[in-house]
Amino acid sequence: MNDSNVRVTDRLERLTVETSEGAQGLMSRSETSVDELGRELGAVLRANDLTLDPKDVDVERRDDETMVINMGPAHPSTHGVLRLMLELDGEFVLRSKPIIGYLHTGMEKTAEVLTYAQGGTNVTRMDYLSPIANELGYSMAIEKLLGLDVPPRATWIRMMMAELNRVASHLVWLATNGMDLGATSMMIYGFRERELILAFFEKTAGLRMNLNYVRPGGVAADLPDGWEDDVTVICDTVHERTFEYDELLTGQPIFRNRMVGVAPITAEEALALGVTGPILRSTGVPWDLRRATPYLFYDRVDFDVIVGTYGDNFDRYSIRLNEIRESIRIVRQCVTNMPRGDYRSQDPKVTPPPRARIDESMEALIHHFKLFTEGFHVPAGEVYSAVESPRGELGCYLVSDGGATPYRLHVRAPSFVNLQAVPLLMRGGSFSDAITVISSVDPIMGEVDR
Amino acid sequence: MISLPPKAPPGVVTSDALACDLACFPTRERYRDLIGALREDDFEMCVDLCAVDYLAFPHRALPEGVVATRFEVVVNLLSLSKVQRVRVRVQAGDESPRVDSLFDLYPGTEAMEREAFDLFGVLFDGHPDLTRILMPEEWEGHPLRKDYAVGRVPVQFKSSPGPR
Repeated sequence: MNDSNVRVTDRLERLTVETSEGAQGLMSRSETSVDELGRELGAVLRANDLTLDPKDVDVERRDDETMVINMGPAHPSTHGVLRLMLELDGEFVLRSKPIIGYLHTGMEKTAEVLTYAQGGTNVTRMDYLSPIANELGYSMAIEKLLGLDVPPRATWIRMMMAELNRVASHLVWLATNGMDLGATSMMIYGFRERELILAFFEKTAGLRMNLNYVRPGGVAADLPDGWEDDVTVICDTVHERTFEYDELLTGQPIFRNRMVGVAPITAEEALALGVTGPILRSTGVPWDLRRATPYLFYDRVDFDVIVGTYGDNFDRYSIRLNEIRESIRIVRQCVTNMPRGDYRSQDPKVTPPPRARIDESMEALIHHFKLFTEGFHVPAGEVYSAVESPRGELGCYLVSDGGATPYRLHVRAPSFVNLQAVPLLMRGGSFSDAITVISSVDPIMGEVDR
Repeated sequence: MISLPPKAPPGVVTSDALACDLACFPTRERYRDLIGALREDDFEMCVDLCAVDYLAFPHRALPEGVVATRFEVVVNLLSLSKVQRVRVRVQAGDESPRVDSLFDLYPGTEAMEREAFDLFGVLFDGHPDLTRILMPEEWEGHPLRKDYAVGRVPVQFKSSPGPR
């Protein structure tokens, strides 16, 4: 008899084996060490004296009183393939553990066989909602190793695109967060506005997502004709509509009840867990790499770092909403200040020559050939370069052995680290709040798993 | 370049680093003490922890007094109050790389150490839950090692259920 004809109830054991993650999963209490139990309970530290005591496990329950259930990896509110195992007491979450790796495609390994110029197509697919931030971190790491200067126009273009991308990313967050809470109209509006930005990306870079637009030495293409008008329309429209979102969500009682005071985190906890981005800022820590360690020309533009007070879901929501407005402020200043000039470095060892030059110059032909077969060499060394992605500090640790491919490329993905706050945030909350926690942490699984 | 905090263990080699305020090269024994001293010296956040396999690049530039090993664990610390970054590079060993876990200093290194274990096989003493994180639990080998070639291992699919 074929196995698949057997009724599912007879194959329970087999089903468990097929879906089990083994020791990676959330084990029952009796099988969990005290240290690990403490971690899963979110007892990473006690806020007052900042001493870590993982053995401080204050919820005492027996195994038969609780239930371990599985959420995801295909749950609609897990934004991709995040799998959570939750230990529930009735409706309340006692322990939780994110299980990741379902989207692991070995991108860091792939990066070791791609040349520096090709690598952009790889890193851009990590955080697929903010590809520009990935490319920026990667390109800046290479430029630091090369000691390469980027022309001012390229820097302004990078900054403008990065901020537009931040707006697009936060819009998707607003949209999906609305959908998770049942505000389905927000879902439609968020994606509608994001479409404007993606259309501009398509006009500029040729692609809507995974642009590979920021490249070592500059950007891939100059801005298209009439870009000022396009960008101004985007700024005006999105800025005006953020106030519509205010009307739709900010004051709405159902939305507020699910967000205000739910899943708070303190600054000490956030720092200890390495959490960055809007989650850290929601606790009142004004840490934004754009302000603290300015890269590009962020020291030449005027913008505010939005901070919260309580570290709850609502603060994280308002920070993201207001960051859209701040980003639009930056984009407007980019439009005003955009200089004329080169959009990429003219160093022939890094930048391919213009197509027309290849026909008339032997040197250009050689450079073109070398760049697209072997690629350019980067001096041996190692560098860590960090940018502020919409989700936090996106770091790129690059080791070069002097060859044409990275010896090791490690991407410090903000979502990967932020996800560690999930057990802490979920602890003690109800199951329905767990959905808002995942949403407000905003993990992008492509970046978590890489 | 900044100097080490006064409480740091003696004999830690330091050097300049690109886009970073200080690079430290402690031995495995002094690694945890050094991080602990830096933690007390207002380095509030462990931003990043990753491993590097230097199998194919053994003669890398290291300051004098550092004995290069195949595996290296790289920790990037950040001080928000002083706006400084410190990189700690510890030589983790050749055959069976093993260092102390930073979990009780920085709980945020939990997932990063699991990742380094999963992809490089670096063991972390004192980690509460050192399991694989990105690869399946039954996976053999550590994929980011340099002797783990791309495409050498057949893709591990679970058997298909067969026709109905």
